[in-house]
Amino acid sequence: MSEDASRELGPEARFRAYLAEGKFMIQRSRSTGAYVFYPRAAAPRTGESDLEWVEASGDGVVYATTCTRRPAEKGGDYNVALIDLAEGPRMMSRVEGLPPAKVKIGMRVRARIVALQGQPAVIFEPA
Amino acid sequence: MAHSLRGKVACVGLATAGCGEAPGWNAMELMAEATRKALADAQIPLSEVDGLFAATAFHSMAAVSLAEHLGIQPSYSDGSNIGGSSFIAHVLTAAMALEMGLCNVAVIAYGSNQRSAGGFRSISEPMPFEAIYEPRNPITAYALAASRYMHEFGATREHLAEVAVAARAWARLNPEAFRRDPITVADVLSARMISDPFGKLDCCLVTDGAAAIVLTRPDRAKDGPKTPVYLLGAAMEHHHRMISAMPDLTLTAAARSGPRAFEMAGYAPKDMHTVQLYDAFTINTILFLEDLGFCKKGEGKDFAGGGRIAPGGSLPVNTNGGGLSCVHPGMYGLFVTIEAIRQIRAAAGGDEGPREAGGWIPDVKLSLAHGNGGVLSTQVTSIWGAAETL
Repeated sequence: MSEDASRELGPEARFRAYLAEGKFMIQRSRSTGAYVFYPRAAAPRTGESDLEWVEASGDGVVYATTCTRRPAEKGGDYNVALIDLAEGPRMMSRVEGLPPAKVKIGMRVRARIVALQGQPAVIFEPA
Repeated sequence: MAHSLRGKVACVGLATAGCGEAPGWNAMELMAEATRKALADAQIPLSEVDGLFAATAFHSMAAVSLAEHLGIQPSYSDGSNIGGSSFIAHVLTAAMALEMGLCNVAVIAYGSNQRSAGGFRSISEPMPFEAIYEPRNPITAYALAASRYMHEFGATREHLAEVAVAARAWARLNPEAFRRDPITVADVLSARMISDPFGKLDCCLVTDGAAAIVLTRPDRAKDGPKTPVYLLGAAMEHHHRMISAMPDLTLTAAARSGPRAFEMAGYAPKDMHTVQLYDAFTINTILFLEDLGFCKKGEGKDFAGGGRIAPGGSLPVNTNGGGLSCVHPGMYGLFVTIEAIRQIRAAAGGDEGPREAGGWIPDVKLSLAHGNGGVLSTQVTSIWGAAETL
């Protein structure tokens, strides 16, 4: 955080601003090289304030998945998954492009930015 | 060296109120009623309560609101809310406060009318990097953990179903349990799917209910009307709030809280006569049996089957019927504690009310009560014992 930090966006707002520009950005600690998601004010565990923004490769693997059952009239079943990013961090997301119950752990997926509830969000599709 | 808090407080009174359905009662009134009954059980007047601990999903300052409702002025209180395990964390804090003389009679209380008030109740904020994907927490988070466990260890929905069947078998022995009709593995598998791999019977009940326990130092506990049950060990640990931040979805922080609680108590898993685990979902029981050291990682799926944890099995687990079949008003941690203590009191000859044969287990001297909060987040383990275990 620089001296005039009050003029910068905080990590969450910066992440969302990048998403609005069509970029899926994650953080990386300059000193350790470790990637970080979700966006933090300081590097988790070390507390170092040397986080920089880098564009995610978009590659990931499904770590865990569930099909949430919902009546068709309310939008039908949908997927919720945890994705291990190629860079290391894990995030919650949704895998689309196949039926929600057909998403399998270990499946290789690729990120795409779409609008969910009117906001830009990262979802994944089979790679 | 014995831990300085080992055996320094005892539960001298306990009660539940409004378990199941309590239409027409609000959460605070139920919590006050449980408190009144627990003090009557201990034969301690309300005016002597000077330590108050409470958390609910209805009150931002539960201990403060409860003190007002009761008309008392505690000299020490704590309303920390770390989810359904809060009350066992309160036990640890109350033990410190009692031992240090900050209070003399501590009440830990909880109340909920969620069932009568329209369903599952939470005061949790939306998780900032998860909410947009519409997880139906807590179910989604536990379903994700179950999916990973099944993937890593070859578990099946049948393995999960065995947990629900065992819990129901215990509930059938307990007239206080909310669901008592018999169920089979096939019933669990054919129930309406909620969030894969969970069907309806893999998920805890949504009931009303309140609970309270009374703790004092041992000198006073000996004078009470009920068998005092001593806190031998307790420990807590947590590493995540959001399921996406849990390092390994098959390994909970109970793997750390459990060994520290056992170390404080000077006992091991094999010494426990009953084991009361926070079973919000079927996967919980399997994970906690492993993480608390009753079996190895990956073996819980088989360990929990074949009737081992059911009535007549070698390890009595969730002997009231658990959150799956007895009661689950939203935050279940105080109910595991009460069942752990009641089994010890019943074995000592106390009148704990009727149960079918086998519902009260003979010769119980040591019970484990494990609380879970959030999305497999906060893990708090406690070990309780009769006087001869000190």
